[in-house]
Amino acid sequence: MTGAWVLVAVVGVATIALKAAGPVLVGGRELPPRLVGVVALLAPTLLAALVVTQTLADGRTLTIDARAAGVAAGAVAVALRAPVLAVVAVAAVVAALVRLAW
Amino acid sequence: MRDGARRAAPLAVAVAAFGLPFGVLAREAGLSSVAAVVFSATTFAGSAQVAAASVLATGGTVVAAVAAAVLLNARYVPIGLSVAPALRGPAWVRALRAQLVVDESWAVSHQGGGRYDARMLLGAGLVLYAAWVVSTAVGVAAGALLGDPARLGLDAAFPALFLALLAGQVSGRRGALAALLGGAVALALIPLAPPGVPVVAAAAACLLGLRA
Repeated sequence: MTGAWVLVAVVGVATIALKAAGPVLVGGRELPPRLVGVVALLAPTLLAALVVTQTLADGRTLTIDARAAGVAAGAVAVALRAPVLAVVAVAAVVAALVRLAW
Repeated sequence: MRDGARRAAPLAVAVAAFGLPFGVLAREAGLSSVAAVVFSATTFAGSAQVAAASVLATGGTVVAAVAAAVLLNARYVPIGLSVAPALRGPAWVRALRAQLVVDESWAVSHQGGGRYDARMLLGAGLVLYAAWVVSTAVGVAAGALLGDPARLGLDAAFPALFLALLAGQVSGRRGALAALLGGAVALALIPLAPPGVPVVAAAAACLLGLRA
């Protein structure tokens, strides 16, 4: 088995287990009331963290590059209540143009 | 379920636009065509797959690539817990349906207040799964024709997509505060911890919602 297949197998099995853990352990049952408030905040918290890391991280370095310009343009589109696909398109086009101009 | 599929359709375009360059990157990383498609069909988590392939493509070890991908996917434990009350049926059915949970299908099926719609999760998940696996296969086949994904600004497309999804999720002061805190924790940890850790650590910000 090559290294690439080891990667595919190990990451595949690990991800399947990580995704299944919660639903297999507590599936179909209500969460304890104390946890409901926590789970309600999970979506905004994780999405914000993903926006930050995918915009500003380059490995372990913080960088401001064409991505940041694209996401900033996307933020303007979000503020103008543009549909999701338009937000994504604006961000990609601006990032591509900034990269071209540099 | 149809509603979920419909709401996921624009996201599927973005996912497919990301699957093409992933297919190209996977070949550069030394994955065979079959391995790349199997990777997308089993792991079904774009950011982790891209991270793992980039580690290999830039000369990193298999162990480092596995670690990066598993850390990035660690967020699926809390995400899985959040959708667990919505998923019914025997354990193997719940385990199977949990595989269709990705950031995008999870975000569109959030009904607010921590409640998730199981049918919407299924519909959105199936559409996104098909988009991801097919676009990976096309990327593998089309190869170098596509060029560098960064040149097309695709690396800005995903954070923008998450930002648009985030805007639909923030309701009330607590939500906004949790988002700000989560973003700040991730930002502070980027230089201090390996990729993946900042996002998982940021999840702690949702403890703000703990009820006394």
